[in-house]
Amino acid sequence: MAPPPRRRERPVRTLVTLAVLIVALFASIFAGTRWGDASLTPNLALDLEGGTQIILQPVPEAKGDVTAETINQAIAVIRQRVDASGVAEAEITSQGGDKIVVGLPGRPSEETLDLVRTSAQMEFRPVLVMGAAAPTADPTADPATDDAAPSDQPTKAAPDSPSDVAYYVTPAVQKEFEALDCTLPENRTGGVPGDPEKAVVACDVEGTAKFILGPVEIPGADIKSATSGTGATSTGASTGQWVVNLEFTGAGTPKFTEVTTRLAGQGTAPLNQFAVVLDALVISAPSVNEVIPNGQAQISGSFTRETAATLANQLNFGSLPISFEEQSVQQISATLGSEQLQKGLLAGVFGLLLVVVYSLFQYRTLGLVTVASLLVAAVITYGVIALLSWVQGYRLSLPGVAGIIVAIGITADSFIVYFERIRDELRDGRSLGAAIEKGWERARRTILASDAVNFTAAIVLYLLAVGGVRGFAFTLGLTTIVDLVVVFMFTHPLMVLLGRTRFFADGHPASGLDPRRLGVDVARYAGRGRVKQGVEQRTGSASAREPVAVGAPGLTIAERRAAARAAGTASAPPQDPPTTTDDEPTTGRPEGSDR
Amino acid sequence: MATGFAQWGNDLYTGRRSYDIVGRRRTWYLISAVLVAISGILLIVPGLNPGIEFRGGSEFVVSGIDTTDQQLATDTVLAVAPEEVPRVTTVGGSSLRIQTAELTSDEVTEVTNGLIAAFDVDGDQVTSTFIGPTWGQDVSEKAVTGLVVFLLFVSVVMTVYFRNWRMAAAAMLALFHDLILTVGVYAAIGWEVTPATVIGFLTILGYSIYDTVVVFDKVRENTADVLDQTRFTYAERANLAVNQTLVRSINTSVVALLPVASILIVGAFILGAGTLRDIALALFVGMFVGTFSSVFLATPLEVTLREREPRIREHTAKVLAARAGVTGADGETVAVAPRAAAALRPGSHLGTAAQPKRKGR
Repeated sequence: MAPPPRRRERPVRTLVTLAVLIVALFASIFAGTRWGDASLTPNLALDLEGGTQIILQPVPEAKGDVTAETINQAIAVIRQRVDASGVAEAEITSQGGDKIVVGLPGRPSEETLDLVRTSAQMEFRPVLVMGAAAPTADPTADPATDDAAPSDQPTKAAPDSPSDVAYYVTPAVQKEFEALDCTLPENRTGGVPGDPEKAVVACDVEGTAKFILGPVEIPGADIKSATSGTGATSTGASTGQWVVNLEFTGAGTPKFTEVTTRLAGQGTAPLNQFAVVLDALVISAPSVNEVIPNGQAQISGSFTRETAATLANQLNFGSLPISFEEQSVQQISATLGSEQLQKGLLAGVFGLLLVVVYSLFQYRTLGLVTVASLLVAAVITYGVIALLSWVQGYRLSLPGVAGIIVAIGITADSFIVYFERIRDELRDGRSLGAAIEKGWERARRTILASDAVNFTAAIVLYLLAVGGVRGFAFTLGLTTIVDLVVVFMFTHPLMVLLGRTRFFADGHPASGLDPRRLGVDVARYAGRGRVKQGVEQRTGSASAREPVAVGAPGLTIAERRAAARAAGTASAPPQDPPTTTDDEPTTGRPEGSDR
Repeated sequence: MATGFAQWGNDLYTGRRSYDIVGRRRTWYLISAVLVAISGILLIVPGLNPGIEFRGGSEFVVSGIDTTDQQLATDTVLAVAPEEVPRVTTVGGSSLRIQTAELTSDEVTEVTNGLIAAFDVDGDQVTSTFIGPTWGQDVSEKAVTGLVVFLLFVSVVMTVYFRNWRMAAAAMLALFHDLILTVGVYAAIGWEVTPATVIGFLTILGYSIYDTVVVFDKVRENTADVLDQTRFTYAERANLAVNQTLVRSINTSVVALLPVASILIVGAFILGAGTLRDIALALFVGMFVGTFSSVFLATPLEVTLREREPRIREHTAKVLAARAGVTGADGETVAVAPRAAAALRPGSHLGTAAQPKRKGR
């Protein structure tokens, strides 16, 4: 393996870059607190903040699988419902690709929970009666006697068509309609869809109108797709108006043709209108101007970009034949979560202190590098989590905290691998500068490989897991990246700089890189014709430990022999011959080194 | 003592001191096999203790109470649902957790109100949880899927990185060993298996492989040119690698285990049942076993597998034959067959035995 081309190290530049990045990270969070809604502390997940968590498993009602798109639309609808019910800061996410997790702060009412768990039902029903949102004061006003209505008897056994007002609008329905007050928000939260065979009353989603609707004519499942876009004239030029395009399935197309044929023939409002009903709320009630035979309809009106997109989404959702099965409903008390967080963090800090003590014990001053690196890692992790909780709405959960604490060990391992490599190179007789360089080359490969494995684990867990596993995987992956950043941009440049100080380069006993303690017994060329003697030969006590290490390049043969004789007489015969009586010629380079 | 440890590290690195880990691999295999067998038995006889997430049911937590009187809680539940056998646990210093089978919505409300009255607490100090029986099963299914995908992925990555599938295979075997032992310990202790525990198990995957990769990286480095020399066998070179990374393995596992241990102690003795405790135990056992297996199991397994390769086998035979030959010709038994491979240090004298032999000496 050819050595990579030597690049001149620029440790100061790297360190400055890292400092700039960290400052930028925190500056953006500060800016966020000032001008946005960011906060300096990460948002806490429900298990730490308290609240209710509902996990829903979508169940396909008829055919087909639950796709990611389905889930996203379902989430959009649930969010809309929950937001409409006035619950602030609901957290609705998909997890594991096929689950919906709804987190509601505090103790939501049973009604709110119902809103979350009911499956969305979309239906197309003909409009029979339309009225102002407020309750009708005068019960004698009877819009059902519209001239455009077929002249049928209310008493007849079967309706002529679903638009048969006289058949469907019974006195009971009429009464219910009159009593309904759509200006009240609680009447506009939707709910369970009414009997598909009978007329129902419903509010529109804005609260501006109320309806009596005929029986279901087309179920939502017959919608193939809906999109929003700007309308086009017959010549293809854009009208600049937002419209919703609707496409029906093969089964839906003939039904829609039939409905439009009948409604277009009825001419006057509201009987030429059909209502798109989602969760018993009328989300749109377009009037039919012409027969649409090909299953491709366009709803136009005073749409904005957003309202058009919303309607298209809702229509799409209506084409999803899914319902939800509740997998777990969990109420989490904030006190319990905060106790765990508090104690957990305390345990983490204590563990960290032990790590610091151990690494100072093992690596002396070098241990301080570990501590500093861990601190930098902590600062970056905190910053990124705070940033993500602002930008992405990330919330720190208890398993997430556990992930961070576990990461301490894995992060520290990078430094250990690196330091041990440097020590190995020193043992091979390299100078500190060279040892840092060479040790880095090798440690880097190991760190990259092992972090890649860890990161793979985090990604797989994140993509496949549900619930707490996810928070854990996220912090694990995050800290793995932070670990790489810190090792590459902080620890290594710092080591290069430290390697230039006298304290380290001369191997001060407290530096952790003292060649004597590392057993370096080899003389090496120190430049300018000087030979740096092996430590053993300078210190008499050490020579007893390694009696035959006498081959010091730079000495004459005679000197070597003299030294060998001196060593032979001064101490006992070799205590540990296997190493020293090897029969391979000196290669002048360590075994197994990169070639 | 630190000096002693550093000295020990030096000796390990240079091969002056060497533990014949690879050579005694049959011993390690035996130990591991016995441990795995015990774990297997533990998994059957006491078995894992599934948490409410896997059984399904209702759970109430009363927090911030003065007395953690478990009987009071039991009585409250029995007043509502006489058929129940509630499990009451103390959580932290001032909380009780009561688990029952699945209750109806009305019963849940009744029990909640009963607990509020019995313990004289505010409404928001009693929480209730309903967990469907499929929830935990779902988590485990995801975990198993995650496991399979992860193993496939990592096997490929390792095979590519080490350019040898045997390393990946050895790492996988060691990984399974770690998982089985950890699950076995869980069964032995009898703590409830919760999704948090599953998280812990899954993390072991990453950690075990991670640790093995670091050791294997050194093995690979040491054995890169093993076929170009006739002094040491593959096994000896690999053994040197294990010895050389021993200090790192010890330091890493100590550093990784310290925070986990402190969470475990706080979790087990102060907080009681909960996420932290469950994750910490799985991690503690898994990390410990993971370090053990990457030193004593993964590398020996890798050597066993590699020695099945014809090239390696021939090379080993050649080295051993050469050693035997030298011994026979000289009539000397002095250290021509090195007990352990050693790293060469540039400039060091290798002793007179390394010099060309003079005839008739």
